[in-house]
Amino acid sequence: MSEILSFNNVSFSYTPEVKDARKAVQNVSFTINEGEWISIVGHNGSGKSTMVKIISGLLFPQEGEVHVMKNVLTEENLWETRTQIGMVFQNPDNQFVGATVQDDVAFALENNGVPHEEMVKRVHTSLKQVNMDSFLNHEPHHLSGGQKQRVAIAGALAMRPKILILDEATAMLDPQGRAEVLNTVQELREETRLTVLSITHDVEEALLADRILFMNDGKKYAEGSPQEVFSLGDKLVEFGLELPFAMRMTKLLKANGVSLIGEHMTEEELVNDLWTSNFNK
Amino acid sequence: MMEKMIFGRYIPGDSFVHRLDPRSKLVFVFAFIIIVFLANNTITYGLLLAFTLFIILLSRIRLYFLINGLKPVLILLVFTFLIHIIFTREGNIVFELGFFKIYEEGVRQGIYISIRFVVLVFVTSVLTLTTSPISITDGIEVLLNPLKKVKLPVHELALMMSIALRFIPTLMDETDKIMKAQMARGSDLSAGPLKDRIKAVVPLLVPLFVSAFKRAEDLATAMEVRGYRGGEGRTRYRKLKWDWRDSISLVVLIALAALLIYLRT
Ligand SMILES: Nc1ncnc2c1ncn2[C@@H]1O[C@H](COP(=O)(O)OP(=O)(O)O)[C@@H](O)[C@H]1O
Ligand SMILES: [Mg+2]
Repeated sequence: MSEILSFNNVSFSYTPEVKDARKAVQNVSFTINEGEWISIVGHNGSGKSTMVKIISGLLFPQEGEVHVMKNVLTEENLWETRTQIGMVFQNPDNQFVGATVQDDVAFALENNGVPHEEMVKRVHTSLKQVNMDSFLNHEPHHLSGGQKQRVAIAGALAMRPKILILDEATAMLDPQGRAEVLNTVQELREETRLTVLSITHDVEEALLADRILFMNDGKKYAEGSPQEVFSLGDKLVEFGLELPFAMRMTKLLKANGVSLIGEHMTEEELVNDLWTSNFNK
Repeated sequence: MMEKMIFGRYIPGDSFVHRLDPRSKLVFVFAFIIIVFLANNTITYGLLLAFTLFIILLSRIRLYFLINGLKPVLILLVFTFLIHIIFTREGNIVFELGFFKIYEEGVRQGIYISIRFVVLVFVTSVLTLTTSPISITDGIEVLLNPLKKVKLPVHELALMMSIALRFIPTLMDETDKIMKAQMARGSDLSAGPLKDRIKAVVPLLVPLFVSAFKRAEDLATAMEVRGYRGGEGRTRYRKLKWDWRDSISLVVLIALAALLIYLRT
């Protein structure tokens, strides 16, 4: 497995001149390998977006190093690095640059001087990958939030990035839009083994990941598989994170005297346990 | 109200005019605006009017739609016509009522100016109706490209224009939302003395500006992350194609100018 991205004891403060000011990111280290789906969870203001800005070179850490494709991210290789990272942000409207869907998907290609024929090809294939190929000439205000986010994903894919980063990309969407976007990401993963880093508030979304980083007040509090991280249970609740629905349900059922074995992350597990629990008596 | 206005509106289609390159259309319209001033007698004004009708026919935009959409402008037209009729005092008197006299020259000038006005407004409207705003922006960018030599930031201006156009509907929606939110809290924008109404606009503008700045910041971030660093080394996704139609339309325009020069007195 080759390494795509890593943080090495990264610290960042928005006010480095103030002594002892709280750092937005404190001494964070992690590694993302090719083909993984990593989720970063944590309460509002825990430093998630700051980390994304550090990865994309919008901010430079005061301490520590960021490696992208094993190279240290510096001012010199910044633009080169950005071509390898696809990003989708929270607000669907505020990242739509082009006048129409196809113009928007082509934006990064234009910026990087991709020749015209190649651009047309890539715009069409990336839109097909997110199932938006029939919307080529649509204007953004005629699209739903979920559709806009899928176009944003296509715009990122057009550069053939090594990693796709979603910073709360589903936070402003309705349930249907959220499902659309998540399905798109899952399909992409199945087809291309694309490496994904998704920052999210939504625990159900985090459960889809291979590994979860749990941030609290700028520090990495825990890291591990969804099972490992969510087994922290009440600790997570204390730090402002909701537990997955199935876990909360399990807790409530147990509190009310239903005998269940273990903690359940997904509804399916819970249901299986529920309807077999009586046999085991 | 908004549905009827045709300023800045684009009506998709595939007529001869729709298919022209934005560059040739822009050059055509600007040249036409100058050429219009060559007309100075009945034949030349008649020619201009006929030519304009021909363009409208070619664009397959319904004349009724055009006239209907330009009603506010036509009021201005009637006004200029009246001014000419009332204040020109040359030639024979054609109508007299007490001290109020209408002269032949006044009627003629009034009609000429009206034709000039109609022709200019209709031709520029055909341009905006048959060309998408983004194509117009592209056309302007390419046409102004030589001015880069004198340090005019042509690419930046074009990008600004296209982003502004892109965000107009978004900000309109937002204004609407804020307006409803303030109305739900009891602010009344449509009644009361002017002073109160102006005061009621402030709580509308402040949130709108705050959100516009937030949007601008987000957009700048998104653009930078997607590799935007100015016009240098950029390729264009939209290709402008100059074909036989464009050459023909410019040749026709030159012929029209020649004919007008020949026929004017
Ligand atoms: N531009 C900024 N200037 C100063 N402080 C900021 C700025 N952006 C974020 N912060 C602060 O940094 C901390 C982390 O913010 P952020 O990374 O946006 O958190 P998250 O994305 O997890 O909600 C917060 O305390 C926030 O107030
Ligand atoms: Mg954030």
